[in-house]
Amino acid sequence: MDLKTLLIVIPLLPLFGAIVAGLGRHVVGRAGAHWVTILAVAASCALSVNVLYQQIFAGLETLNFSVYTWMVVEGVTFEVGFLVDHLTSLMMCVVTFVSLMVHIYTIGYMQDDPGYQRFFAYINLFTFAMLMLVMSNNFMQLFFGWEAVGLVSYLLIGFWFKKETAIFANMKAFLVNRVGDFGFLLGIAAVLMTFNSLDYAEVFAAAPEAATDTIALIPGVDWNLMTVICVCLFIGAMGKSAQAPLHVWLPDSMEGPTPISALIHAATMVTAGIFMVARMSPLFEMSEAALSFVMLIGAFTALAMGAIGIVQNDIKRVVAYSTLSQLGYMTVALGVSAYSAAIFHLMTHAFFKALLFLGAGSVIIAMHHQQDMRYMGGLRKYMPITWLTGWLGTLALVGFPFFSGYYSKDAIILSVGASERFGSDLTYWAVELGVFITALYSFRLLYLTFHGPEKFQVVPGADPHAHLPDGQLAHAPHESPLVVTIPLVLLAIPSVLIGFFTMQPILFGGWLSDAITVNPANDVVARIGADIDGPVGMALHGFVTLPFWLMMGGLTLATVIYLFRPSIAEAVKARAGFLYRLLDNKYYFDQFNQKVFADGTVKLGRGLWSKFDAGFIDGWLVNGSARLVAYVAGFVRRWQTGFLYDYAFSMIIGLIAILGVWVVL
Amino acid sequence: MMPLLSILIWLPIVGGALVLALGEQRANAARYLSLLIAGATLALCVPLYMGFDNSTAAMQFVEQSVWIETFKVNYHLGIDGFSLPLILLTAFFGPLVVLGAWEVVQDKVHQYMAAFLIMEGLMVGVFAALDGLLFYVFFEAMLIPMFLVIGMWGGPRRVYATIKFFLYTFLGSVFMLVGIIYLYNQADSWNIMDWHALPLTLQEQIWLFLAFFAAFAVKIPMFPVHTWLPDAHVEAPTGGSVVLAAIMLKIGGYGFVRFSLPIAPDASAALDGFVIALSLIAVVYIGFVALVQKDMKKLIAYSSISHMGFVTLGIFIAFSIYRNSGSMHGAGLGMEGAMVQMVSHGFISGALFLCVGVLYDRVHSREISAYGGVANTMPWFAFFAVLFFMANSGLPGTSGFVGEFMVILASFRANFWYAFAAGLTLILGAAYSLWLVKRVVFGEVGNANVEALEDINGREAVMLSSLAFMVLLVGLWPAPLVDMMHVSVNQLLEQIAVSKIN
Repeated sequence: MDLKTLLIVIPLLPLFGAIVAGLGRHVVGRAGAHWVTILAVAASCALSVNVLYQQIFAGLETLNFSVYTWMVVEGVTFEVGFLVDHLTSLMMCVVTFVSLMVHIYTIGYMQDDPGYQRFFAYINLFTFAMLMLVMSNNFMQLFFGWEAVGLVSYLLIGFWFKKETAIFANMKAFLVNRVGDFGFLLGIAAVLMTFNSLDYAEVFAAAPEAATDTIALIPGVDWNLMTVICVCLFIGAMGKSAQAPLHVWLPDSMEGPTPISALIHAATMVTAGIFMVARMSPLFEMSEAALSFVMLIGAFTALAMGAIGIVQNDIKRVVAYSTLSQLGYMTVALGVSAYSAAIFHLMTHAFFKALLFLGAGSVIIAMHHQQDMRYMGGLRKYMPITWLTGWLGTLALVGFPFFSGYYSKDAIILSVGASERFGSDLTYWAVELGVFITALYSFRLLYLTFHGPEKFQVVPGADPHAHLPDGQLAHAPHESPLVVTIPLVLLAIPSVLIGFFTMQPILFGGWLSDAITVNPANDVVARIGADIDGPVGMALHGFVTLPFWLMMGGLTLATVIYLFRPSIAEAVKARAGFLYRLLDNKYYFDQFNQKVFADGTVKLGRGLWSKFDAGFIDGWLVNGSARLVAYVAGFVRRWQTGFLYDYAFSMIIGLIAILGVWVVL
Repeated sequence: MMPLLSILIWLPIVGGALVLALGEQRANAARYLSLLIAGATLALCVPLYMGFDNSTAAMQFVEQSVWIETFKVNYHLGIDGFSLPLILLTAFFGPLVVLGAWEVVQDKVHQYMAAFLIMEGLMVGVFAALDGLLFYVFFEAMLIPMFLVIGMWGGPRRVYATIKFFLYTFLGSVFMLVGIIYLYNQADSWNIMDWHALPLTLQEQIWLFLAFFAAFAVKIPMFPVHTWLPDAHVEAPTGGSVVLAAIMLKIGGYGFVRFSLPIAPDASAALDGFVIALSLIAVVYIGFVALVQKDMKKLIAYSSISHMGFVTLGIFIAFSIYRNSGSMHGAGLGMEGAMVQMVSHGFISGALFLCVGVLYDRVHSREISAYGGVANTMPWFAFFAVLFFMANSGLPGTSGFVGEFMVILASFRANFWYAFAAGLTLILGAAYSLWLVKRVVFGEVGNANVEALEDINGREAVMLSSLAFMVLLVGLWPAPLVDMMHVSVNQLLEQIAVSKIN
């Protein structure tokens, strides 16, 4: 098989697996479903790694080719095609590897679920959609993948479709994403109008010529066209990558089973927005205003959403808010033109956040689907592998030197510090403070879950399938089976090491330069690179920088409060009641959206329908004219009495009248 | 050469008469004969499609013979890139409607089947007629079987609905009759192609435009003359709703491109803002109205009106694009988008009404609140329902995406705010579609009726999967569909760029 065929096969394998496991679920059975889907993803993963390998060691050039022509209208070709450069192959490897881990993990996590085959079909379908997204060479296919991953996310959040909260959350997720996609589609329309093409290569090549074009959105006021395009595209990214104020769907998406929280809502799908902006760097580089906007949205999300994580008690929700915050960091990186740092953090985050989510899932299995950390504690002795990998993932997340997250997060913070873009000073403090907050909620999670006293009781003889009150378990918790712990270990390895080994090529070696364009004047990554002396030097230097001490501050505070003096947390809660309520209510975003958008829309619809459609058009105009006809006819019919003498009489009157008129004239 | 178009028109009509002649007693014979006729009609579309030449805008498969010599009326048929897709769509639904009624309709089966077969022939006639009067005859005649279908097999308020349906559409078409008589007097010909070439003053054009507009705006339907549609759908039997939504509405859109634009291009240009405003109101306002419907059929009916807004928008943005840029470049995307939207909406709305029919046959309720958790008892049905509602909300990969995508992209070139308002359908369409899915398909088993549901049978699976196939085919590979229309669309755009006022 030649390389192009291989590349086409990579996404098609999981699509095939999804069809077999989904439509043929009764034929293949449970084991058949997991085998076919896992083999499909494993093969995709192997082939993706092969592509990456060839790029690194065999000098494989960027491939840009069309698979088939979707349609041609007015000379504009809409096609399905692949662009495989270093950025793509990196994403392909991350997606298929995390997906493979999650597939294996699912065997353990979903073993008792009646929808076992359906679940495997969905996650395989997701892998297909995500691959189509990252491999696309044009905006249309990008949008296809974009919405297709949204569809699978919808199906998976609502996987337990009997659960009211789950089917509310999946609808909410889809609709909020649609708000983003609305902007995204307008952006694509603007691209087509400007460049008369949706092909990346053609658009990026022609972009400099459109630098000074303007568009009058409001008559008389000219806007820079590139700014409009980039802001519209970024609105799409805000939906998918859950940036405030379109972040509200992500915490609720935790209603879905934990494996998909790891795969879709942490490691891959939510980073599609980050990937997209990086892919569009030739466009974004042309608009300072749009980049400032991107940066400030990211800074707000990074800081404000992390803070919510401190007050959450549901283990998955803490990790979810952490994801929002980390996505904020990536967005900030994009906003300061440090695209490679954003992609770098995307990659390290994919590993350690998938690890943390799967670890949380392992805890949830052990606790019989109890997710409230207030009923956990002391689990380290029951589940050492989960505990240990949880620590490794956390150290990566908080950015402890030498761990993967350290390199990527520090690169972002340094880049912000080096940037002179409007708003970068404010952003700098947000991301610095964010480090402290990240450490605080991360270690809080670790302590509440794995350390301290056990806050659950084992009730011997209780029915293991019955729903016990909070804090009671039928069996003592125990370590999860190998299908769960092996993925944890396999994810822990890159969580620790990958930053150390890949920082140099990705950030400073120009490895992504075939995909990412940065104006030399904006190139903060190159600027910070001048001061960095390899991964070892950078990590050693890390011990004396502000982020390290902020992280240590968070660690110390969490240790004091959650390991030794839990009363402090209660006291702070009581003292700073306003702040606590603000965080506990997530800044009231949900209440606002529910009141204004959800209820408001329904009210408006009801009003329009009853007042205008049924009331005015039908009530007045349509049925009104019917009544008018009936009314007039009521008069007219009196003349049609049916008696001959009446008609004769009126004929005579008519005759006289005509004669009269004729005589008078 | 075989008079293929005539066969496509008269085979179902004559076949319908034969079915009728079978009488009430031989219900099964009526069913099989109808299926045979509808199937044969569909099969005859294969040579039609294969023989169609994509590279010419001239009328093809032309048949012409004198009908009424005194008034120069001809039996004149022919198709181009606008008519072919719609004829194929019509024929595609023939067997589906027969299958859809197979065991559901037990009362006067022969009449039901005959009505649909005759209607099919008449609708093909509408799309193939090139003689103005012949068109009008088909256009009006088609109402009669539909009137009977709703009136005889309809719901409890069927009399109100049929009268509303008939009066509304008839009122519109009376104006059109005046229009075509005027055109006949001016051109001394009933040939629609002659009318296209007829020079007319702006004032004449405006009157003609409004006359045609009255007919087509009601038919498609546009805001504010849309209120007959929800009532007609609610009362119609499943097959009636399917044909109404899938094909009859498209006659309105077809009328705009066959009559309004080429006959009155200057009036169309002068009044385009008016039509676009109504289209955008349809997309946004009707979207809100659809959201709050409690009856599934009403919701889908309102959703149809909202989707038809894209058809009129896609057709009429051509003039703003021309004014903005001095060229028609970009307008083709909108107009082809409008055509794709019509075909796609045919598949999707037909499928959605069939889905409602599947539930109605079992529970005898169309109320959303009568369901809940259908996925528990009907997993295969749930699969199809979610697919079609996702297509209805324009998910890429389904046909619902293609037309909307093309029209939104094209309307950006006309005016940013057109694209903005039209784009709101992404949110509204998803909101009403998914909210319905949430309440009907997902959740715990809602009540004993849902508990007792049986999943779709083989007949229903054939219907739904053939529609699913088309929805995905057009969504994943629209090229064959748009290739049919390129040349005709380009010719129309050239035509309307030239003023008729001399």
